[in-house]
Amino acid sequence: MYKYDNYDQQMVDARVSEFRDQVARRIAGTLTEDQFKPLRLKNGLYLQLHAYMLRVAIPYGTLSGAQMRLLGDIADKYDRGYGHFTTRQNIQYNWIKLADTPDILADLAKVEMHAIQTSGNCIRNISSDQFAGAAADEIVDPRPYAELLRQWSSFHPEFDYLPRKFKIAVIASETDRAAMKLHDIGIRLRHDDAGAIVADFYVGGGMGRTPMIAPLIGDGIAIDHMVTYTEAALRVYNRHGRRDNKYKARIKILVHEIGADSYRSQVEAEFAHLQTLELEPPAAELARIQAMFVPPAFDTTAPDSVDRSDPDFAVWLDNNVHAHKQPGYALVTISLKPIGGIPGDASADQIRLMADLAQKHSFDELRVTHAQNIVLPHVKKADLYALWQMLEANGLGTPNLDLITDIIACPGLDYCSLANARSIPLAQKISQRFADQGRQQDLGELKLKISGCINACGHHHAGHIGVLGVDRKGVENYQLSLGGSEGADTSLGQITGPGFSEDGIVDAIEKATEVYLVKRENGERFVDTYRRVGMAPFKEAIYG
Amino acid sequence: MVDVLRYRTDEMVGDPGVTVDSFVDPVFGQTNASAVRLEPGDDARALLPYLDRLALVEVNFPAYGDGRGYSSARILREAGYTGELRAVGDVLIDQLSHMHRCGFDAFAPEHAITREAADKAIATWPEVYQRTVDGRQPIWALRHG
Ligand code: SF4
Repeated sequence: MYKYDNYDQQMVDARVSEFRDQVARRIAGTLTEDQFKPLRLKNGLYLQLHAYMLRVAIPYGTLSGAQMRLLGDIADKYDRGYGHFTTRQNIQYNWIKLADTPDILADLAKVEMHAIQTSGNCIRNISSDQFAGAAADEIVDPRPYAELLRQWSSFHPEFDYLPRKFKIAVIASETDRAAMKLHDIGIRLRHDDAGAIVADFYVGGGMGRTPMIAPLIGDGIAIDHMVTYTEAALRVYNRHGRRDNKYKARIKILVHEIGADSYRSQVEAEFAHLQTLELEPPAAELARIQAMFVPPAFDTTAPDSVDRSDPDFAVWLDNNVHAHKQPGYALVTISLKPIGGIPGDASADQIRLMADLAQKHSFDELRVTHAQNIVLPHVKKADLYALWQMLEANGLGTPNLDLITDIIACPGLDYCSLANARSIPLAQKISQRFADQGRQQDLGELKLKISGCINACGHHHAGHIGVLGVDRKGVENYQLSLGGSEGADTSLGQITGPGFSEDGIVDAIEKATEVYLVKRENGERFVDTYRRVGMAPFKEAIYG
Repeated sequence: MVDVLRYRTDEMVGDPGVTVDSFVDPVFGQTNASAVRLEPGDDARALLPYLDRLALVEVNFPAYGDGRGYSSARILREAGYTGELRAVGDVLIDQLSHMHRCGFDAFAPEHAITREAADKAIATWPEVYQRTVDGRQPIWALRHG
């Protein structure tokens, strides 16, 4: 894992004292709320319906046991005993007092964490593959490259007042577990024909009210120009992105309106210019960071078999455990989606328990996934049973990864001031309706995603089943879409037709799953069947 | 009259900046003017042929949230402009350090900022992560000497 040196620590400390001063000026009234807003946003502090919400950055979703434990302690000390893991591989606290925030940031800084640029119109936390460093199909660990970009983007003086927020993801495998093409910039590292690592830049993807899949803009950019190319892509956006309408201000609109070719040639011109200015960190800097991401000291004699005799354990094993590149080890995903629970929520005790388990069983490392779950990346197969028993005893053993109850849901109207409808109670209802494990298992991989408004924080466009909260004459209403997907087969969902009430949408989802069960052919997932048979049979069943 | 906070020692240019359009217009142009004012939508690169005769470029920030002026400033400095680069308009204290890093060396904020507060704001960052046009060595350069 990355470790701060004195420079990194100084920067974060400087930010804490800067923010302490800003909060003091706000409380004293010398900063108006209007002037304070962009400043607090750059420190991850939102004003929500009932309180302040603080979003803490978890760069590329990786954290240590000590960091995780502190997140649990913050939940106890400053919140109501819970933390909420988000689709951005971050954690949010929903009940924060303004006056406490400088102290929270100071606590975070002690374990090399921060809330820098977790909101506001700037470059946000860099996301990555939650299986980085452990996946069998990666060509290289993408996180050192993400760290290079994290440092470059931190307090970048030119890009602090972009037209809109800006999200970057970096991956290095064929299987895209980070929804890379739905980011403002998605970078895929790959080998070129000569075997050198190069970066493909996909620019202009996104969700929100105008979902778009990013086109390839930079094809095979040399790795020792990755930062410079990113800078060029951002400069063109900062200068030419729309600022007249906040709903048209994301880079996807710029790329769409001027066309990928025109955007590409502008970036290339800027790139040629910037290359003369020596903006790129040297190879030695990448090597320095990479040295902190060397694989842990795996036990090469660890047995590769697992005793599956406990049937409940076997179900969990089949759903929540993935193959590791190291024989004798496995990737464990801890579901934060218990039946009827709030997706992504964990109590302070659960957070601390996961921290302990990471220290004991996973070389002191955890990951947050964009599906709002937690990964223990390096668990000895021989430890799996004991680990599962601990999880099970603490409400963390739900065996539903990628099943219909592994729901992604945004905070919705319970917390968010932009929401049209509630997401959490709906997620809870759906989860209860499909609680039966055998039924979930029969439905197989089925990604259900809920957003409380068109901003799409719940990624509903990318759900095999997507639900969007809309406001119909002051009444909460839900729109259903089918056929979205992220990853290798990225696609955007299609709306079925008129919306539903809260109960109506649960029934409609159930009907859609019944159509799938009838129509599916050998080995097809829900989304495969939908793609083959199209919307018509689903529509017919749902609207009769 | 807005006070100008200057971080340079030469004589201040008194003339108000002319617009980019009137500066570069081939017929009625005032390319003999020594001061120009850039609006957020103006292309800073239109000025590149004339940099050696300019003593002042004012970059207007009608609203602090419109960050195009940061790119304009860097572009001018990257092209070798050495005259005064002045941020005018909705320039707030919390923006000064980033503006300074992008090459601004004078500030004419709508709402007065004291010299002392401005000095402190500009010194916010002990070190920096990026190479820009302010001559500071980025952290990666310090690490690898
Ligand atoms: S999708 Fe809308 S309701 Fe949900 S968190 Fe985002 S802004 Fe709020």
